[in-house]
Amino acid sequence: MRILVTVKFTPDLQSNRSFTDGAVTRTADDGSMNELDENAVEAALQLVEAAGEGEVYALTVGGPDAVAAVRKALQLGVQHAIHVNDEAVSGSDVFGTARVLAAAIRKVNDEDPLDLVITGMAALDGLTSMLPTALAVELDWSQLTLASSLDVSDGVATIRRDLPDAHETVTAPLPAVVSVTDEANKPRYPNFKLIMAARTAPITTWSLGDIGVDPVSVGALAARTTVIDASPRPARADRVVVTDTGEGGTALAEFLLERGLA
Amino acid sequence: MTAVAVLVEHRGGEVARPTLEALTLARTLGTPVAVWLGGEPGPRAVAQLGEYGATEVRVASEVGRVPAALAAALGAATDDADVILVISTFVNKEVATRLALQTGAGVVVDAAGAELVDGRVETTQTVFAATWNVRTRVNAERAIVGLRPNTTQAVPADAPGAAAVVPVEFTNPATREAVVAVEAVPAEEGVPLAEAPVVVSGGRGTGGDYALVRELAELLGGAVGASRDATDEGWISHEHMVGQTGTTVTPALYVACGISGAVHHRGGMQASGTIVAVNLDPDAPIFEIADFGVVGSLFDVLPQAIETIKARRG
Repeated sequence: MRILVTVKFTPDLQSNRSFTDGAVTRTADDGSMNELDENAVEAALQLVEAAGEGEVYALTVGGPDAVAAVRKALQLGVQHAIHVNDEAVSGSDVFGTARVLAAAIRKVNDEDPLDLVITGMAALDGLTSMLPTALAVELDWSQLTLASSLDVSDGVATIRRDLPDAHETVTAPLPAVVSVTDEANKPRYPNFKLIMAARTAPITTWSLGDIGVDPVSVGALAARTTVIDASPRPARADRVVVTDTGEGGTALAEFLLERGLA
Repeated sequence: MTAVAVLVEHRGGEVARPTLEALTLARTLGTPVAVWLGGEPGPRAVAQLGEYGATEVRVASEVGRVPAALAAALGAATDDADVILVISTFVNKEVATRLALQTGAGVVVDAAGAELVDGRVETTQTVFAATWNVRTRVNAERAIVGLRPNTTQAVPADAPGAAAVVPVEFTNPATREAVVAVEAVPAEEGVPLAEAPVVVSGGRGTGGDYALVRELAELLGGAVGASRDATDEGWISHEHMVGQTGTTVTPALYVACGISGAVHHRGGMQASGTIVAVNLDPDAPIFEIADFGVVGSLFDVLPQAIETIKARRG
């Protein structure tokens, strides 16, 4: 079983997240691997452990700081880490990012075929959930997205796909791109031995040239969408907090009635 | 004139309310047509779509469930459209992505609004748990925009017309993916969570007792939500979970009962119009974003609030 997990470097949820020049501000100090990617790493490790053989790659695209995302994946137990680091990628939209990831995945796949690419259900900065689909189309592989469970046997992957109005069981032949939800598993914690090993583990770094991507086809100039303005929203004004001493419910009702909300 | 297509969300042959919001927005961009995938619209649905400005209802009845099939059907129905509006659901985001890769369109999802500026679509969104406003320009000639429910007030057209029903020539593509079983989630009574104008949510502080939360939701004409804590405890099903990875809601009123307001929860509700919170802990983060907060037990506060509202209504 050979699996590649895509991971993203995102700002920490508890930090003061912001935009700089139309892009999400990402700094090494308050960023890490997207939390939902932990579920993807966990799913990959569990499949390899169950199969008793195989290996897991972690792949990220981004500036120098993004290496922290694959470093985290190494701490969790993946065997190989790849970082596509090229200034020309900056400002890419989801389609540009998918093109770069797909090219890197093809390079790994050409050396020794992969069975699966596993991703998280969304990145907690943009939350668009578009990348897994774009990746499946770029690779021309099966698309199995929003999986709350994943089984692989005899060259076929089967997922439970949880939608608001239905739970589907979907099957597709390998190779497949699978996105797993945060219901799929409980990610493990890194152990001390792996944390120490991850510090010095080799990380493969590729430029766009290494993976055969024309820099003009990605980045800000190729993006189909551009953030033209970003500003912090003003805090809510006139906030009121009362302590219930027997009249709290009445006060709440009055507030709703005054505002025409009840 | 800009040609705008609106993908209809429908349940049991009826049009879901966010589609009427999308048609209202579509009329500010150009002349809308509605696209109905799967099944057939009844006469009432067709009349309603016409009332909100759709000149046509393009129908593809037999469409597979997988994103590749839905995207192919939407593409077949919208080859003349400059702008395609969909409701920003998980499935529609996947469909939009696939269609955009076929057509070269630019995509914005989770948008709160859209307008034409110098012949290009510009959208507005809130991001980072609704702490930032973002404006995005679509550079491509064609645009697909995913709209959040409750971001546009649905208003019928000034001159409502009768929409013509037009069948779409479409054959399901061969796909690698096969849906081998479908288990329907039983529909709750009332409005679905994502579309509800009022959401009353309960968290750890309910201790698993949702009676008061449900009663207040019913009284206010809203839907019942929950925090991740509560769904993890099994107190209420996962479909009720409000949060970044559950349902994102933007109702006019959000009432958080016994919910501390962890960042994952806030990310799913912080863009709500008015936020009200009841919590025992005065330091709960939910109070930082609440317009009105009561520090107290929901088992004391909610019954009194319910009685007061009922009494005032007579």
